Amino acid sequence: MSGTELLALERITCVRGGRLLFEELDLTLAPGDAALATGANGAGKSSLLRLAGGLLRAASGLVRRSGAAALADEGLALDPRRTLGEALGFWARLDGGDAGVAMEAMGLARLAAVPVRMLSTGQRKRAVLARAIASGAPLWLLDEPANGLDGEGLERLAAAMAAHRAAGGAILAASHVPIALADARAVAL
Amino acid sequence: MIGALVLRELRMGAGGGAMLLPLIFFLLVATLFPFAVGPDTPLLARTGGGALWIAALLAALLPVDRLVEPDREAGVLDQLTLRGVGEEMVAAAKLLGHWLGFGPPLMLAAVPAAILMKLPQDVLLRLELGLLLGTPGLAALSLIAGALTAGLRSGGALAGLLVLPVAVPILIFGAGLIERGGDTGAVKLLAAASLLLVAIAPFAAGAAIRAARD
Repeated sequence: MSGTELLALERITCVRGGRLLFEELDLTLAPGDAALATGANGAGKSSLLRLAGGLLRAASGLVRRSGAAALADEGLALDPRRTLGEALGFWARLDGGDAGVAMEAMGLARLAAVPVRMLSTGQRKRAVLARAIASGAPLWLLDEPANGLDGEGLERLAAAMAAHRAAGGAILAASHVPIALADARAVAL
Repeated sequence: MIGALVLRELRMGAGGGAMLLPLIFFLLVATLFPFAVGPDTPLLARTGGGALWIAALLAALLPVDRLVEPDREAGVLDQLTLRGVGEEMVAAAKLLGHWLGFGPPLMLAAVPAAILMKLPQDVLLRLELGLLLGTPGLAALSLIAGALTAGLRSGGALAGLLVLPVAVPILIFGAGLIERGGDTGAVKLLAAASLLLVAIAPFAAGAAIRAARD
């Protein structure tokens, strides 16, 4: 590893619940790179992201990361009773990021005072993406980022991903619908 | 970092009145016990302390469901791990936050409870000392049980079965402390049992949180 890669997966094999999901998978992501994992439901897309983030252990192979990773998956991880601004602010303070800028980027600025439990599916997805934006982590792991987003949300997602890559970040996304990731490497599971 | 986590635990406990439930339960037992035993002051004074200890133990078990499971379900534990916060650190913060929201309020509630039971003042003082030493152990036990049963259906009932046998030493020494006032052995054993549980809890709960991911 030359040291410039943000993520390097070497010959990793993933077994969940006694079932082989994929084996001998290689993937490296340098700054500016993006990869899109595709596959049927249950093919192991989410497991691949969790492996890359260090939340799951591979049955064999090596996972190396040279910086922090931000995971945006179906886990909302925002306290339902607090307002969106406070709940995102909790994570932004841990990360040393700015929740306000991230909420602006995902079009959530006017919802800052709304309790998290009142948000719609699409607004929740935007909030999860805003946490990734605010994290400042060089590697984004996006699990079905387009789910629940409307046309305007998809445009904001595309803009945020492009800005992240232009700033030297990398993205590993899993999606069963096409998302706007220019020249992303395809990882078929 | 750990301060922010403890603060969050306290806020989660206070929100929605979840923190009040163990207190109300504790006071309910103290109110009902004299009705069941009768207005016999010497009998109440002799048995009241033990009854309050049982109430404290069961009150500690009430919030087991919401200690770890909601955070696991919502992905909060995953997000913390991604940020390099160890599971043990998360568990330690949860232990401190849970005890702060449960131990001191219970010690306050013990005052009106002791009046309802007509406990003499020296008995109340020994009960308070026992609660101060014992509630950290009870909080540690419920945290371990909550982490072990996170993600299981009807985890709360299972947690009760897991905790009760292990909580017996705290109950014995806590109630024993009330009966034999001058005997410092009960104080030391209660403190030792509690300390052991508090020392184990972050590691046991942290390992349980990690194991629940696979």
